[in-house]
Amino acid sequence: MTEKGWKELTIGTINLEAGNSLQNYTGTFRSGEKPIFKEETCIHCLFCWVFCPDSAIIVKDNKVKGIDYNYCKGCGICVIECPTKPKSLEMVVEEIYL
Amino acid sequence: MGKIITLNGNGAIAEAIRQIKPDVVAAYPITPSTAIVQYVAQFVADGLLDCEFVCPESEHSAMSMCIGAAAGGGRVVTATASQGLALMWELLYIAAGLRLPILAGIASRALSAPINIHGDHSDSIGARDAGWIQIFSENSQEAYDNFIQAAKISEDFDVRTPAMVMIDGFITSHSTENVIVEDDKDVEEFVGEFKPLYPLLDVEKPVTLGSIDFTNYYFEHKRNQIEGIENSRRVILKVADEYERKFGRKYGFFELYKIDDAEIAVVLMGSAAGTGKEVVDELREKGEKAGLIKIRVYRPFPYRELQDVLKNIKAIAVLDRLMSPGAYGAPLFTEVRSAVYDLKKRPKIINYIYGLGGRDIAPDHFKQVFSDLEKLKLNRYKGDVVNYLNLRG
Repeated sequence: MTEKGWKELTIGTINLEAGNSLQNYTGTFRSGEKPIFKEETCIHCLFCWVFCPDSAIIVKDNKVKGIDYNYCKGCGICVIECPTKPKSLEMVVEEIYL
Repeated sequence: MGKIITLNGNGAIAEAIRQIKPDVVAAYPITPSTAIVQYVAQFVADGLLDCEFVCPESEHSAMSMCIGAAAGGGRVVTATASQGLALMWELLYIAAGLRLPILAGIASRALSAPINIHGDHSDSIGARDAGWIQIFSENSQEAYDNFIQAAKISEDFDVRTPAMVMIDGFITSHSTENVIVEDDKDVEEFVGEFKPLYPLLDVEKPVTLGSIDFTNYYFEHKRNQIEGIENSRRVILKVADEYERKFGRKYGFFELYKIDDAEIAVVLMGSAAGTGKEVVDELREKGEKAGLIKIRVYRPFPYRELQDVLKNIKAIAVLDRLMSPGAYGAPLFTEVRSAVYDLKKRPKIINYIYGLGGRDIAPDHFKQVFSDLEKLKLNRYKGDVVNYLNLRG
């Protein structure tokens, strides 16, 4: 993407493309751990989807399908909120490439 | 036709606020600007002004609310002074960076410590780099006229930059004078209806405001911001011209007093200009070629136009009603001196810091300055470049 010059920018730093934070892959902030989804025990209560602060739980037809690692920051809230026993989401250590 | 009303500076600004009909006024009372807020609250209570009046817990919150309301798409006004303006500091930059046309009436006052409630320009000029248009008034009439013009300048689509209008704390804010207040309808017609630009409340066209820039864009956005205040140079003169045609009072970047053939002149801002003009008159009667330049618009600073005026003057004294500790002279001086540097024949120029914390400046003090300028003109001045006027040694 070519970066714009100052004359091409909108007034007052206003961003006219609402919702363009989707282009910003905040999942790159994640470090240390990430949740993995285990379909076998999931009851599709959607607690994880409700509580995820980054809307990173992928849901289709009211069913949890997995995690969007482009936006998941690895906070672990989904795992804490998951009511099933054993839990249907589990934090695993992620290899970090520096 | 307008009518003559006896008003103090705060009252004059309050009348202007009532007439430009803001959607939101968010302000926290602080001496000596308290009465502006009080008058506006009274207007709202009496049904004379239909606006959302909010008195939050601090000036920091007041300016935050102004930013929110302006981003929402309304005409927004506040008023403050001194520590209050200082408490708004971080928000002033945000208002300017987001190019929100917020208006502020400032009764300029000294900053602590020591605590002092009287007038000097430390607070307002302290905010000079925030990116606001800054207009200084000599008296209540100018405060009224400037505030109405500020609305039109600030809201111009090429400008869209917040503006503050200054009066000197107590000296102007609390002195009652005759002020011509124009008809409500005429002012309403002059200022025009507020037209929002990308308002956040327009849910059909959502926008993002106040997002983060990293090293790759911050610089470009700040350069982009400057265009607004640069464009205001043209708009300030255009609005002044329209104002003169409609209401008959003439304004520009500065007021020139007996400057045409002047060899010595003082440059200053605010209420002290009145005393200065008296002394110029007296000196003129004695045949001395003295003059006075009163800066009205401090931001954007009219350096080109000043160069045209100053190129014919031999010796200049810049009077600053604040100090800039550790600097080579106070802010107005450094600015004027920088402007004359480009001239082929530079005038000699010295600085006087005066009136801090409301200290009087009397005709005798101006006479002392002009007598120094006579010497400076003839290369006989032995004093310093930076001086303090009416200060005990």
